[in-house]
Amino acid sequence: MKVTPLGLYCEPGGFHIDPSRPVDRAIISHGHADHARPGHGAVLATPDTLAIMRARFGEDRAGDSQQPLPYGQTITSNGVRITLLPAGHVLGSAQIALEWQGSRIVISGDYKRRRDPTCAGFVPLECDVFVTEATFALPVFRHPPDSHEIRRLLDSVALFPDRAHVVGAYALGKTQRIIALLREAGWDRPIYLHGAVEKLCTLYESLGVPLGALLPVPKGLKRGHPPILAGEIVIAPPSAEATPWARRLADPVTCAASGWMTVRQRAKLKGVELPLIISDHADWDELLETIGEVRAPEIWVTHGRDDALVHALSLRGIRGRALHLVGRGDEEDEGAPEAPPTGEEADAARMEPRSAH
Amino acid sequence: MSVQAFADLLERLVFTPGRNAKIALMRRWFAEQPDPERGVGLAALTGELSFTTAKPSLIRDLVATRVDPVLLALSHDYVGDFAETVALIWPEREGVNAAPPTLAEVVEGLELASRAEVPALMEGWLDTLDAGGRLALIKLVTGGLRVGASARLAKTALAEWAGQDIGEIEEVWHGVAPPYLPLFRWLEGKGPRPDPKDAPVFRPLMLAHPLEAPADIAAIEANPNDWRAEWKWDGIRVQITAGPGGRRLWSRTGEDISGAFPELAESMDFHAVLDGELLVVRDGVVAPFSDLQQRLNRKVIGPKLMRDYPVAVRLYDLLLDGEEDLRALPFDTRRARLEAWAARHAPPRMEVSEMIRFASLSDLSVLRDTAREASIEGLMLKRADSPYVPGRVKGLWWKWKRAPLSVDAVLMYAQRGHGKRSSYYSDYTFGLWRTYEDGTRELVPVGKAYSGFTDQELIFLDRWVRNHTTGRFGPVREVEKSFVLEVIFDAAQLSNRHRSGVAMRFPRIARLRPDKPADEADLLETLLGMVEKRAG
Ligand SMILES: [Zn+2]
Ligand SMILES: [Zn+2]
Repeated sequence: MKVTPLGLYCEPGGFHIDPSRPVDRAIISHGHADHARPGHGAVLATPDTLAIMRARFGEDRAGDSQQPLPYGQTITSNGVRITLLPAGHVLGSAQIALEWQGSRIVISGDYKRRRDPTCAGFVPLECDVFVTEATFALPVFRHPPDSHEIRRLLDSVALFPDRAHVVGAYALGKTQRIIALLREAGWDRPIYLHGAVEKLCTLYESLGVPLGALLPVPKGLKRGHPPILAGEIVIAPPSAEATPWARRLADPVTCAASGWMTVRQRAKLKGVELPLIISDHADWDELLETIGEVRAPEIWVTHGRDDALVHALSLRGIRGRALHLVGRGDEEDEGAPEAPPTGEEADAARMEPRSAH
Repeated sequence: MSVQAFADLLERLVFTPGRNAKIALMRRWFAEQPDPERGVGLAALTGELSFTTAKPSLIRDLVATRVDPVLLALSHDYVGDFAETVALIWPEREGVNAAPPTLAEVVEGLELASRAEVPALMEGWLDTLDAGGRLALIKLVTGGLRVGASARLAKTALAEWAGQDIGEIEEVWHGVAPPYLPLFRWLEGKGPRPDPKDAPVFRPLMLAHPLEAPADIAAIEANPNDWRAEWKWDGIRVQITAGPGGRRLWSRTGEDISGAFPELAESMDFHAVLDGELLVVRDGVVAPFSDLQQRLNRKVIGPKLMRDYPVAVRLYDLLLDGEEDLRALPFDTRRARLEAWAARHAPPRMEVSEMIRFASLSDLSVLRDTAREASIEGLMLKRADSPYVPGRVKGLWWKWKRAPLSVDAVLMYAQRGHGKRSSYYSDYTFGLWRTYEDGTRELVPVGKAYSGFTDQELIFLDRWVRNHTTGRFGPVREVEKSFVLEVIFDAAQLSNRHRSGVAMRFPRIARLRPDKPADEADLLETLLGMVEKRAG
């Protein structure tokens, strides 16, 4: 196993894992943009991940040849045994277990350990090397129960019946999970979708994940139309609330569902009114629990807060190694503007340098 | 009902920008919480709760017994705020099933506990709360509670909830104390109106809008005779309330700051309510704001401090003369009454702030821009017929700050901020071009700014810094010298402590200039040309 500028490369097998640029042969852990990219030659992934890639990139850009490998089945490539196991991150997400000459390495991809009604739960597998993510590898990240956060959302909807609640969520995984959690909490009204999250909801349903009644946020309203969707829940990509799209909504409450919402100042600076700590990544306790269960003497950390995790492992007598893979972990950190705000917006929001007196 | 419920309220108040939404959140608190919980919550919202037994060091010691120091340091570095770090990192104990405390239990517990018992008490409470509850508890007992609403707004919510006039609540406010049981009884129609006695009452201040819009400026230019001008002093706006019931010096938010200025309380031998600016004044000359800061947040006010930083109040307005309420009268009338009052009473350490005569707005703008003393922020323009009304009513009073100086500088280094900003690169060192005789050019750092930008701009700059780092020195990153910032500042002074030879006063970032090539940023000579031609 080698670390290359494109990411992890399995030398005896002759394939890359989640490579950052097109390659001949790739295994893809899951459909998020920082792992799955268009234009590879041969792609091996779970059937659901392949379906997601086709939906995102189009039939012709999702890999010249696609080989589906269901969870728990094994194939052998150049003597390397390849098995995909559920990672509990999003629909189709897989850990990649590779066995060669009697030793086993498991590459987690992104993962979480708590129950997610929209995807199969993480299956720990003992191994010699466990390659883990570390997006939330600081002991301050301990995500509260999802039901607690959903209750806060529904409580706010009840308190502000004249306002639309707009939940900013990543289109793949987070959106469908929030919808499913709302359904479990008894919210059976239609849930309104921004156009950018519609396609994957349809795909999830076609792959057997029921999401209940979903409606598009009405478009093409006449100028001066009264604001819409008071008392309703809308799901939109992060930062959509800052675009003209949001102006049609009744005095929207900006909610963001992300693990980063744990730190107040992050939430505050993003202008979020109701931060919801709902993450598709393992929190600190889940990372350590998982590392305990897989019993690997050596842990490699792909991206995130490797310093804290490697230190915590050393306290437990486990060897940790930071791989510093680049370009990973962006899916949870969307919403930062790509370009500086225009002068006019900036002036409108500008604070006085010292207003205390 | 517990600290947990209060934590939820605080959390929503901090994140909710809308005034009406904040009021709705607080109304629900008053409606749903039982006594005495809602009253203790009200006291916390209005800043009337204070504890002396739990110090931040206590929290530091407690967390050190449970968390690895390296992980704590990494976490603190990431989160920024120490209390928040502790609240998040506090390891929950298996098998704790005690109920979380109520606010009233926390208040009572801390009052009754001896200093030695406080750590165990806090530890027990922290074990029963979730992260939000722990943060509220720590902030509450160590005195760092930030409420996302002013005391005034909390009282407004109370008034709306009770269907009562806010003025009525302000009147009785200084006659009641936490947990305000008689107040709630009265508001719910179950008891008599609490008697405020003669207790001094804060009356909300009248505030000004910044004068910037060309249409507003034109309107004043058209009728200069309708307007009066005064200096806008760079001090602390205060309200002075004195009478048989007592003497108070209030900050602009209604905080009682009398204790910090005992010599002023001594001067308040009259029965009136006045509006003015608190300043350090030596031999009639107003000192810069930094001098006044020496008098703030001091535990002990000794004679040396009072001698070295002598304070005085420049009076702007007379609100009440004895029992007579002048607030509805036109500004000109109040001003005449103020001058007559001051002549009659001549209280020490107080004088009427001078009026500035002018024929046209352009006269005034010259005055404003040439007054470069640090103690003057600009001018106030008040309509001659304006009544004294609370808050910021448009079109009556304007603040007209002097035009700041500005340069286009190149971002050179960035450092992460402190407290709430410490996960962002928010302190920016910028430089200007120095040209040498052989024609080569070099960027020289000239200053550091950490304000003026919007939250959006901060997020952008933080990301830009991370993506354009060329070197790291501890918390500082050196960046590619390619991003131009428009920096504004109040004055420039020669300085031999700076490599550039010049120091800027209050530099802040006016706007980002991604459109401007770094080559076209300003020269150091440009800044040197702005140095004050003033002795000292
Ligand atoms: Zn992912
Ligand atoms: Zn990822």
